[in-house]
Parts: sequence; structure tokens; C-alpha cells
Amino acid sequence: MILTAEALTVAAEGYTLLDKITLSLAPGEMLAVLGPNGAGKSTLLRALAGLNAPTAGRVTLDGRTLSTWSPRDMAAARAYLPQNGTLDWPLTVERVVALGRLPLAGLWGEADAEADQTIDEALDAMDARNLKRRVATTLSGGELARVLLARAIVGKPRVLIADEPLAGLDPRHQIDALTRLRRMADDGRAIILAMHDLDLAARFATRIALLGGGALIADGAVQHTLTPELIQKTFGVESRVGADADGAWVRLLR
Amino acid sequence: MKADRYQVWLTALTALVLLLGALSLLAGKIWFSPGDAWRALVSGAPDLGGVIVRELRAPRAVLAILVGGALGLSGAALQGLLRNPLAEPGLLGISTGASLGAVISLYYGLSAAIPLALPIAGLLGAAITALLVVALARSGGTIALILAGAAVSSFGGALVALALNLAPSPWAATEIMVWLMGSLADRSWSHVMLAAPFVVAGAALLFASGRALDALSLGEATAESLGVRMARTRLVVVAGAALAVGAVTAVSGAIGFVGLIAGHLVRPLAGFSPSRTLPAAALVGAALVLAADIGVRLLPLGPEMKLGVVTALFGAPFFFLLILRARKALP
Repeated sequence: MILTAEALTVAAEGYTLLDKITLSLAPGEMLAVLGPNGAGKSTLLRALAGLNAPTAGRVTLDGRTLSTWSPRDMAAARAYLPQNGTLDWPLTVERVVALGRLPLAGLWGEADAEADQTIDEALDAMDARNLKRRVATTLSGGELARVLLARAIVGKPRVLIADEPLAGLDPRHQIDALTRLRRMADDGRAIILAMHDLDLAARFATRIALLGGGALIADGAVQHTLTPELIQKTFGVESRVGADADGAWVRLLR
Repeated sequence: MKADRYQVWLTALTALVLLLGALSLLAGKIWFSPGDAWRALVSGAPDLGGVIVRELRAPRAVLAILVGGALGLSGAALQGLLRNPLAEPGLLGISTGASLGAVISLYYGLSAAIPLALPIAGLLGAAITALLVVALARSGGTIALILAGAAVSSFGGALVALALNLAPSPWAATEIMVWLMGSLADRSWSHVMLAAPFVVAGAALLFASGRALDALSLGEATAESLGVRMARTRLVVVAGAALAVGAVTAVSGAIGFVGLIAGHLVRPLAGFSPSRTLPAAALVGAALVLAADIGVRLLPLGPEMKLGVVTALFGAPFFFLLILRARKALP
């Protein structure tokens, strides 16, 4: 197990945002975290990334509690992509993606030897190579989302934690990005995505975690979690599910 | 990265600062030829020209570089930290604190009684304000820092006004007013020696934060995920700016707008990268203050114009432009 949460509880201002979540992730897995608005998806991802200290319980990376990691080593081992990523200065796309190599840079911030090559690879992976010289603040929302995703994968982290990375992407780029991420998982990395599209989650994820009211409703393989009963329980929506040659699918009804 | 335009700009700006620094030795009521100035500088002859160049103009030029560099660098670093293009060294109340310390020493006549009492009081004022701001903003975020700075700054401003209000004589009030306008006139090597260590230490802290500031351009959450310790970065940048700005305000008085403008002038040259903006902003700040200080000596007005007045006169219109442009970008 590369990443584990043990009875992870996060509370703030009297509200329990996450309630004793126990979860673990092995290399090669791509876990989709699904749940309605306010279910605690972002809080869970932030806590797994070490950005929220748990109120109780703990999170481990490589078997070590997160608080014992040095920030730089942790940054090199896992990448985190927040929801609605922003950019304050009009940097070029190349420079934005290069920031993802910061944990690997030299003592004085000089780029590491593989930086140029990995930046191109990450841009290629997100179909954004043609944007490399553009000023990132002038991009469309979906283009910027792809660039920020490239930033998250450019350091080749062993764990990628991405909060709704598909928001704003057109259908083709959603499928492209998920295909690439799934391939990264198949290569032995561990990936956690918060997302809203149950059908894409059913098709691409190796595992699903259903979250509701800060608690884990179900965690397991697609066929055991994305069932009409559990979808009804989690989202209050009727659905039909099935599988064909392209994988599992989910149709939401009412 | 190719041998890029940025390196060329840095070299050009360095050359500009050196050129203005040299010009600053030559220009004034008495002009020197470059040859005369050089001879005066190296000969050590105790004639009038030698004394003017070595003891008056040379420390003034070095001080202009320190003051401009400290303000430009601190302004650019604070803009990066607060992710706000309108941030400037005055925002955290540090220059107000330095002014207040200096004003207190003027008010009680310490500055006349003890040599260097005024800049030392200024340094103390800056240090106390910085500690106060950090204590107020403790465990809070960036907004808390800005609010704490605003609170401390206006309180310090009120105390300065109180000193003016209660000044024992009109003469003392005038002295305080004149000092507040900021100037490099009649400063000596001892002023340079007093300010330089703090400026160097502050600059080292600010330059060391460059990478954290780069990461911050993607927002605080991403920066933290990239290994930046936000709380520590905030502390280091505030401490660096406090050391540098406090020291130069203590010796020169309040020099406005250089800290605001320098970052904006150089940011496009640096590709808007916060870390690359830092050295370029320091150089441009130094060039601006050197040029303004040469300007005040040459302007054919009765009393010499105060440096802070000149920088604000040119700086304020730039500020208007900035607001106009920012307004266009807002929804």
C-alpha cells in the first residue's frame, strides 16, 4: 500500500467534515472518489495530500505518517491538483508546467536535467504541446485545466491526487486525459480523482469510493460500488448500469 | 532554457546602475570631469574636490543604490507573496515604523545630541513594527497580514501626526516634516555602514524566497503541495522586507512609490516569474533612486527638492495608470 487513511477524521468549526475514513491505495490503482456536493471529497483529497491535518486518525505515504515527511520529499512523491486551479501572473504555459518540477530542482532553483524533456512529455500527454509558448492566463478554461494537469504530472509523482481535474474539459479531452491517467496507473502509479461523471468513472477507474456526509458509503471494484442501489443511496438518483466491450457504463435516470 | 533575453536585461540594468552611480559622483553644483572624479576618488587628497567626491557624493551614490535596491526588491517580493500587484513596502507599516522611530528621536532632540541616534531610532521603530505586524498576523493567512499591516501603519501614522501636533516649537515641527520627505543629502559613510548590513541580510532572505514565490503564483494550496511552507515563507519575506526597508527608511526617510513601481517595470522582462522579478526590480529601484537623486541636485529650484517628493511626484501618476489598467482587467 502506498497511501492509506486510518480512521481519518477532519472537523472544523464544530462540523465533522470527514468521519473515520479508512481507505488504502496500492500502486497501479486509479481510485475515483464520487459523491454529491459537500460530501467531503475535496476535504478527503486535501487530507490525503497532507494539506489538512487530521483531527483524528492518520494518513500514511509509503508507510510513514505524513507529518514525518519533509515537505520537499513529500512533494516529489505525490502531486496534488486543487479544484479550480488559478494563476496569478501571466506566465507562459512552459513556465507553469515547469513549476511542477520544483521539488526536483537544485539548491538554487535551477531546473533538473530532465526538466525540458518531461515538460514536453507532460504537455503531449494533455494534448497541450501547441500551447507551450502561450501565456497561460489567456487560455480558455479547459485549456488551462489541461495545462494545470500537465503541471501535476510533470514531476512523475508516485501518487497523483487530483480534485475534479476534468472540470471544463470537452468530451474528447476528458476521455484523452482519463486514458493517459489510467495508463499512468497501469505503469504502477497510484491515482485518486474526485469527479462527478459516474459513467466515465465506471469506465476508467479501477476502484470507486462513494462518499456521503463525510462518511465512506462504499469502496471497491466498479461492479460492486456503482450499483443502482448504492447510486440511489449516495446521490438519490435512479440509474441503470451495465457493461459492454468498452467497459462499464452508468445511465442516470431521475 | 536558451541564453535568454532576461540575462541580457539584467546585464543592461546592472550597467545602467553603474553608469548612474558614476554620474552621481560627477553631477551637482560643482561638476567634475570623469578624470577629476577618478583622481579625487583614488588619490585621497584632502582638497575640496576630493572631500566632495569621497565624503559627500560617493556615500550618497552608494546609499541611493541601497535605498532603491531595498525598496524595489522588497516591493517585488511583497507583490509576489501577497499575490497583489498593488502591494508595496509601506503596506506592512514598516516604513511608518521607521519614520516614527526617527520622528521620536527628532522630537526629543536625541538626534541633535547623539550622532546616528536618528537612524538607530528608525531601525528600532521598523523592528518593533515588524514584530507587531507578525504577532498580529500570527497563524492567520495573507489577508490577516495585510490587515495587520494596515492597522499598524495607520496607528504609526497617527503617532507621527501626534508628534507634529505636539511639537515643542515650529522649528522642531519643520525639522520633522523635512525629514519625513526623505532625502539622501548630507549622508555619510557611517549611514552607509549602519544600513548596509541590514539591507544585505534582508535581501538574502528575500532572494531565498524566490522559489516559494514562484510556486505561489499557482495559489497557496498548490504551493504547499509543492513543498512550500506557507507560514515560514510569509515570515521570511516579511522579515526580509522589514530589515531592508526599515534600514533604508531609517537613513533616508520615506521614499515613496519606488517599491511599488520597480516590480511592475521589470515584470514583463522577467516573463512575470516572481523569482526572476526580484533581482531586476532591485536594479531598477537602484537606478530610479540614483536618477531621482541626481535630478534633485540639478533642478534649478531655490531649496533642493526632497527625494521623496520627487519619487512621489513621478510615482503617483504611474499609480493612476496602474489602477486604470487594473480596472480594465476587472469584471
